[in-house]
Amino acid sequence: MKYAYYPGCSLHSSAKEYDRSMRSVCDKLDVELVEIEKWVCCGSTVAHNQSKLLAAALPMANLARLQNMGLDEVVVPCPACFSKLKTAQHNVKSDKKLKRDVVEVIHKDCNDEAKVYHALKIFSEEPLLSKIPTVVERDLSGLKVVCYYGCLITRPPEITQFDVCEYPETMDRVLNAAGITTLDWDSKTKCCGSSFALTKPNIVVELSHRIIDSAKAVGADAIAVACPFCHANLDTRQPDMGKAYGTEFNMPILYFTQLMGYSFGISPKELLVDKHMTDAESIFEEVSQHAQ
Amino acid sequence: MAEEVLHLDEKSFKLSDAVKAAGGIDVNWCYQCGKCASGCPLSGEMDLTPTQLIHAIQLGLKDLVYNSKTMWLCSSCQTCTTRCPQNVDIAEVLAAVKVLMQRDKKKSKLPDVLKFNKEFLRNIRWFGRTYELGMVAMLKLVTWNFTQDLRMGLKMLKKGKFSIFPRFKGSWAVHNIFRRTGKQEKA
Repeated sequence: MKYAYYPGCSLHSSAKEYDRSMRSVCDKLDVELVEIEKWVCCGSTVAHNQSKLLAAALPMANLARLQNMGLDEVVVPCPACFSKLKTAQHNVKSDKKLKRDVVEVIHKDCNDEAKVYHALKIFSEEPLLSKIPTVVERDLSGLKVVCYYGCLITRPPEITQFDVCEYPETMDRVLNAAGITTLDWDSKTKCCGSSFALTKPNIVVELSHRIIDSAKAVGADAIAVACPFCHANLDTRQPDMGKAYGTEFNMPILYFTQLMGYSFGISPKELLVDKHMTDAESIFEEVSQHAQ
Repeated sequence: MAEEVLHLDEKSFKLSDAVKAAGGIDVNWCYQCGKCASGCPLSGEMDLTPTQLIHAIQLGLKDLVYNSKTMWLCSSCQTCTTRCPQNVDIAEVLAAVKVLMQRDKKKSKLPDVLKFNKEFLRNIRWFGRTYELGMVAMLKLVTWNFTQDLRMGLKMLKKGKFSIFPRFKGSWAVHNIFRRTGKQEKA
């Protein structure tokens, strides 16, 4: 299997561990990821506040590069990038003037037919879903995890075309296939405060606190995430939550690909588990002791 | 608050027409059911709920809309847009109001959020991809807020969370996209 790969800015910087674990897991499953050459920022959740044309042009400039690669399916791990690529496709399809303007701006044709997948989608469907149990090497059945999807993988559903938007189960299916127990909980698609991390951190602390609090309430050992912003907010803000609410969570926040990778026998070091601000390495030690 | 009589005439529709031109969304489908306000994770922080802001746009109350914090507190989580029974893309309406305000050179009630947006876009215009460390540094400079999260930032730096130096991959392409977008929008 071969896909084009659009990592996005975060995965080359503060979310290196998501990129690294994604690539390691794909290696194990014989999925070839070909990074789009000279890709640029998608505009994230900011460009459309400045200009609708800019917000369509940046993603389309990236998708236009697929045509030279001879691939029409692109895998995107970051939900903000995923959402922006899908939204741009949707907008140029429904607005002919916008499409003409985008072509003027990027000096290339609009590739509005390219298939854009969030990384979770490829693992949750055949043939990979059945292949996952065959590469599992570590028994993680003792680990109880809640899957946190955040906002932009599922919403709005007409654009993302991903699972049931209010209560998705795609990540649960993928982690279950890797032998990890997932729990039902009420905060799967709640907002963590996303980009207010830099401008209104008090909002992030409040919203992210609610999410970790409800994970704790159902007895989760860790939260699995699929978004660099969700990860940053849940992982780095736990000391601030302590100051604001007196809670001492010490809740490990892991990318779902790190959990898959560990169950596939990849070392935590290779999965960059040590990059997290809230200790996540010790749960793997506990689980392996438990299994022995 | 004393009630006042609103005189609506054809001028009142100018604001909703401008929102439609900027974001492509017709706010007049909204009948104020309040579903967007009840689902919004940020409505507790807002001065007007999303429902009230949409109503103000329908009534053409430009000053009330432009002086609101509401659109600057939107995290683009898309809950409102997803749940609206009238298919009004509320999140896009809030973005369109921000586009209009910048076009009209209006001040934001939350200047730091506008500064963040501007620094983010400047950053990708220069570097092609987000250079996170550069963006944090610039944001600190323009907001004069040097101490917030300093300790955490240093800890993250020590962990190697950030790339220290920018790379200029695709910066020329992005620069041209910005330049041509500006030209196209003026035409």
